[in-house]
Amino acid sequence: MFDHGKLERNSILLVIGILVVVSIGGIIEIAPLFYLESTIEKVKGVRPYTPLELAGRNIYIREGCYNCHSQMVRPFRDELERYGHYSLAAESMYDHPFQWGSKRTGPDLARVGGKYSDEWHRAHMHDPRSLVPESVMPGYPFLAENEVRSFDIADHLKANKAIGVPYTTEMIEVALADMMAQVDPDSDGAEGVMERYPGANVRNFDGKPGKPTELDALIAYLQVLGTMVDFSSYNADENLR
Amino acid sequence: MSDGVGTMNLLMILPLAIGALLGLYLSAGSVDTTIYLHGLLLTAFCVVFIFRVIQSDGKTGGPANPNSSIDYNDAVVRAGVIATTFWGVIGFTVGLVIALQLAFPVLNLDLPWTSFGRLRPLHTSAVIFAFGGNALLMTSFHVVQRTCQARLAGGYAPWFVFWGYQLVIIMAATGYVFGVTQGKEYAEPEWYVDLWLTIVWVTYLLVFLGTLWNRKEPHIYVANWFYLAFIVTIAMLHIVNNLALPVSWFGAKSYPVFAGVQDALTQWWYGHNAVGFFLTAGFLGIMYYYIPKQANRPVYSYRLSIVHFWSLIFLYIWAGPHHLHYTALPDWAQTLGMTFSIMLWMPSWGGMINGLMTLSGAWDKLRTDPILRMMAISVAFYGMSTFEGPLMSIKAVNSLSHYTDWTIGHVHSGALGWVGMVSFGAIYFLAPVMFNRERLYSLRLVSAHFWLATLGIALYAAAMWVSGILQGLMWRSYDVLGFLEYSFAETVDAMHPFYVIRAIGGGMYVVGALIMAWNVYRTARGDVRTEKPYVDALAQPASA
Repeated sequence: MFDHGKLERNSILLVIGILVVVSIGGIIEIAPLFYLESTIEKVKGVRPYTPLELAGRNIYIREGCYNCHSQMVRPFRDELERYGHYSLAAESMYDHPFQWGSKRTGPDLARVGGKYSDEWHRAHMHDPRSLVPESVMPGYPFLAENEVRSFDIADHLKANKAIGVPYTTEMIEVALADMMAQVDPDSDGAEGVMERYPGANVRNFDGKPGKPTELDALIAYLQVLGTMVDFSSYNADENLR
Repeated sequence: MSDGVGTMNLLMILPLAIGALLGLYLSAGSVDTTIYLHGLLLTAFCVVFIFRVIQSDGKTGGPANPNSSIDYNDAVVRAGVIATTFWGVIGFTVGLVIALQLAFPVLNLDLPWTSFGRLRPLHTSAVIFAFGGNALLMTSFHVVQRTCQARLAGGYAPWFVFWGYQLVIIMAATGYVFGVTQGKEYAEPEWYVDLWLTIVWVTYLLVFLGTLWNRKEPHIYVANWFYLAFIVTIAMLHIVNNLALPVSWFGAKSYPVFAGVQDALTQWWYGHNAVGFFLTAGFLGIMYYYIPKQANRPVYSYRLSIVHFWSLIFLYIWAGPHHLHYTALPDWAQTLGMTFSIMLWMPSWGGMINGLMTLSGAWDKLRTDPILRMMAISVAFYGMSTFEGPLMSIKAVNSLSHYTDWTIGHVHSGALGWVGMVSFGAIYFLAPVMFNRERLYSLRLVSAHFWLATLGIALYAAAMWVSGILQGLMWRSYDVLGFLEYSFAETVDAMHPFYVIRAIGGGMYVVGALIMAWNVYRTARGDVRTEKPYVDALAQPASA
């Protein structure tokens, strides 16, 4: 029989034994996700975030919204009725990091895009309890005051491209201009934004003229959540897993 | 200065000098304030450390007891007692603050630095990594020396591990408040803090192994297997889960290399095993040394130690997917995760039985020794939450419990009950020994701490069970016409009384920790409280 004493007398053997034993589970569970084609459904419409949406997503992460909001609708009757179609893996395939969350102190946000008006979001971010008296969400009045960080936005797209998000060279070159144009539908660049990022909302999200604020960016991000996939052409049976 | 000391000093000073320059370089080129400040902090850290090395000239701390036959490094363990106590109070207090924010949202103050979203990671990191991490550093440095009958290896290296780890905590915590986060739960620190932690952690592993190599005993004691598994596995989890590409080498922001579903499973493979290896394996190491020591009884079963050690570390790694039930993670992975989570019940209870049954023949001490009582109830809480965990990993149960406060309650019965109580036990054991005092300042205050903490946890857990199950049921409730019965806002409103009860329970836990801090402080000063003896035959901590 195996003599456990050998491991107890040799620290290197013990370390090797530990490493082998703790590696197995992770390798078997995680590695296949990178090559099994059925892991991510084939869908139409999922695109990289616009520069403004990406900046908004970074504000979402910075403020720790994921601590209270999930972005993952489960396939249950009540969740489909409350939030909409259950979430697909494809919908977060460009999300570095994923923001599925683990707690719903507030409601799920996977499909919040288009559910409320920009004006609603503005008032809600300023003072959540002015709209939802029962809410326990903090107010974020400072978002409307801060200009969104824009000077290095092209670098953000570049970093995303390097880890697999299909931003084109053109998208990176005009990232800063696209960011400004997305809040100004009358500008020359507005059409370009919609061309490069099909289905993007181009409008003044925070209702204030001038350079985009953090509130612009955050609302642009919230308004695109869950709206990319065209579910009229999505066939779940083709994606049986 | 002898040549040996000179080489040792140089080995320490050179990397530190490089660190100091690197910090300046980061600050000089920084594209955001946080990197600027953290670069300066790194430089300050390295410069102060270099001065300390030169000043102490090879003296890295001796044994607490001057008559000790072995030249232990107890100074670093003593520093650990102070750090663990300090971070415990901080971490629990921030927890109380955010619990109150959920009950009374006006306390968010509508400022960026004080909102729940930024303070919650501060709370989790302060409790898990600052309090828990220091408890593990403190106890592992103590246990490995005593069970090997050898001084900590590496000269200044243990001090570098200790202070380097404090720097990780400071950079992480200040980062969160300024809004620097990776947005991955329990892995929030950004890339440069992750890199610094990697350096500290590898040094930690080398110090631990180096001490094992100097051991006088042929066999490595069971507590050290657990510490070793904890150190090695945390290194693996930390490195893989934090793979990220910085936007700029002079900026805080980075993007994790994995996305979506792969990122999700990598994160919860990490997240669940932060529980499994940081908060379980490491603390089982504490259990395996301090309970036998305090009870003055041998470990119940050697064979059970072996079986439960290997099965625990093998099974734990698979359990991550139970955090992703009914998500877009493929079903096969979810089912695999659930299966292994249920199996995990067995080795967990193997550990509990081994810990509790060590009290065989010494059960009477639970009446007379409040420190042992603290350790025993921690193991009982461990048994309770490792039963609750597998239960909640069952998909049908999880469909109700997930996203609700039930999860929060589960985590806290484990964290407050198991991790907290066993650490308090270790602190009460170590404080008189490390400060070379005859006894603790007060055993009655230990008993008061015990009851405050235990009742606090009971309030906390019960409130979260009720609120979690209530909210889960309200979300899926339909009226007679087939419509959803409650709006989301109504389910939030229903949580209020339970959030208040939870805050009261948490408040009791904080008061208990403050009493402990006072007790440790007075013990360090060498005071003994004038009080009625706890029992006639006073339970003395066994001398180490």
